[in-house]
Amino acid sequence: MNNFYASVECLYNPAIRNKPVAVVGDVEKRHGIVLAKNYIAKGFGIKTGNAVWEAKKLCPELVLVPPSYDKYLRFSKMTKEIYSEYTDCVESFGLDECWLDVSESTGLFGDGGQIADTIRERVKSELGLTVSVGVSWNKIFAKLGSDMKKPDVTTIITQDNYKGKVWPLAAEELLYVGRATKRKLRSVGILTIGDLAKADPKVLKSELGVNGIMLWRFANGLDDTAVSKLNDEFPIKSIGNSTTLPYDVTKENDIKITLYVLSESVAERLRDHNFLCRTVQIGIRDKNLYSYERQGKLSFETNSAGEIYKTAFALYNRNKPAYPIRGLSVRAADLSGASVRQLSCLEEFERMEKQERAEAAVDDIRRRFGHFSIQRGIMLTNTELSALDPKGEHVIHPVGFLK
Amino acid sequence: MEKFRRAYVAVDVLFDVNGKMIPRSITWEDGRIYGIDRIIDVRRAASLKAGGQGIRYTCRIRGREKYLFYDTDKWFVEAEER
Repeated sequence: MNNFYASVECLYNPAIRNKPVAVVGDVEKRHGIVLAKNYIAKGFGIKTGNAVWEAKKLCPELVLVPPSYDKYLRFSKMTKEIYSEYTDCVESFGLDECWLDVSESTGLFGDGGQIADTIRERVKSELGLTVSVGVSWNKIFAKLGSDMKKPDVTTIITQDNYKGKVWPLAAEELLYVGRATKRKLRSVGILTIGDLAKADPKVLKSELGVNGIMLWRFANGLDDTAVSKLNDEFPIKSIGNSTTLPYDVTKENDIKITLYVLSESVAERLRDHNFLCRTVQIGIRDKNLYSYERQGKLSFETNSAGEIYKTAFALYNRNKPAYPIRGLSVRAADLSGASVRQLSCLEEFERMEKQERAEAAVDDIRRRFGHFSIQRGIMLTNTELSALDPKGEHVIHPVGFLK
Repeated sequence: MEKFRRAYVAVDVLFDVNGKMIPRSITWEDGRIYGIDRIIDVRRAASLKAGGQGIRYTCRIRGREKYLFYDTDKWFVEAEER
């Protein structure tokens, strides 16, 4: 979908349609970066990830709009409903991109190009948004095609034309060629996707490891990963939450509050999915944007916020940063199903089970009366920091491709 | 070009036994009630004039065709800006 967030905002507010528009995070909470922009704003050189002040400098008349995630989720869901009328193989890639395998539907709806055009028309008339579609025989070229021409265009890449269409493109246009890979490729004289395709896989392997082979296959159109079926969930490997703090933090109490908030959210999500975790990881980002992660094992598997917090805080204490803290994250990994569990006669285990039961009761109270109806005492000591409800507010979790 | 806005309105709706919604009348901002004589078309659509999106009911009201949108939980019509 083209400029997804910005397009939705412009749809609802025709008055800003012909102005440069950027959807930006909350500046007061220091989340003030550009999340999305329309084409007019793009014309001023504004990029996703720019700080608001940078964007304003490039274009003083830029219209700033706060994000409305509920709306984006609703539109994302509606588009997927349209897609699913053409195939049951619909795989999401983030909120605004999907792969569709329509191989089995061509008898009913026409070939890939026709289906793409129908979908574009429908999304435009029914949802008021534009989409760009890439049609190809593999996921990599389909994605590449969708990015080639925008907005509202179908690009078809076939076995006959891919050498002419895809190979002249810069290597970094290919999925998973980021900054580091681009640099390595350049060092061996690979600039375009064509260079990559014609390179010796052995050389690529020695430079980039197994990913080198993967990229070589991508470039030659040999990717044969299947499009997963609608609602096929990938196994979750870890659950984490992070936050950028409203001000740089040094006080231990403030750090405790934030780690509690994040641990509670992570634990609640673990319980939602019926998981236990064995490893806890924390991430610290200081005011100079230097960041690092540390992890530690738990003595027992758990989904208790109290236990996760204890480990997270201990990790923090062993790895204190030299500068004030700007952002913190807590992640639970080494997951296993909660239905089968290693028991123990140790006193600690009993105490932990009791804690888990107490937290389950808290979950129930929150489900019925809202997140803030019951809180830890420490949360009252700094309401600016404890006003965060990561689980309730951030329903959008980033998706990785190489799961 | 005329400018349009989304005017949210009160709507009298009949739910039939299958849960289908059939709007019967619209109460305009000034309190006047307009009966819907006939529903010509129902489809999901974007309002390009006033902005927004929803289930669009094409209604015949006093001999004229008007769009009535059901947007998540509210109803709006496209109104000319005065």
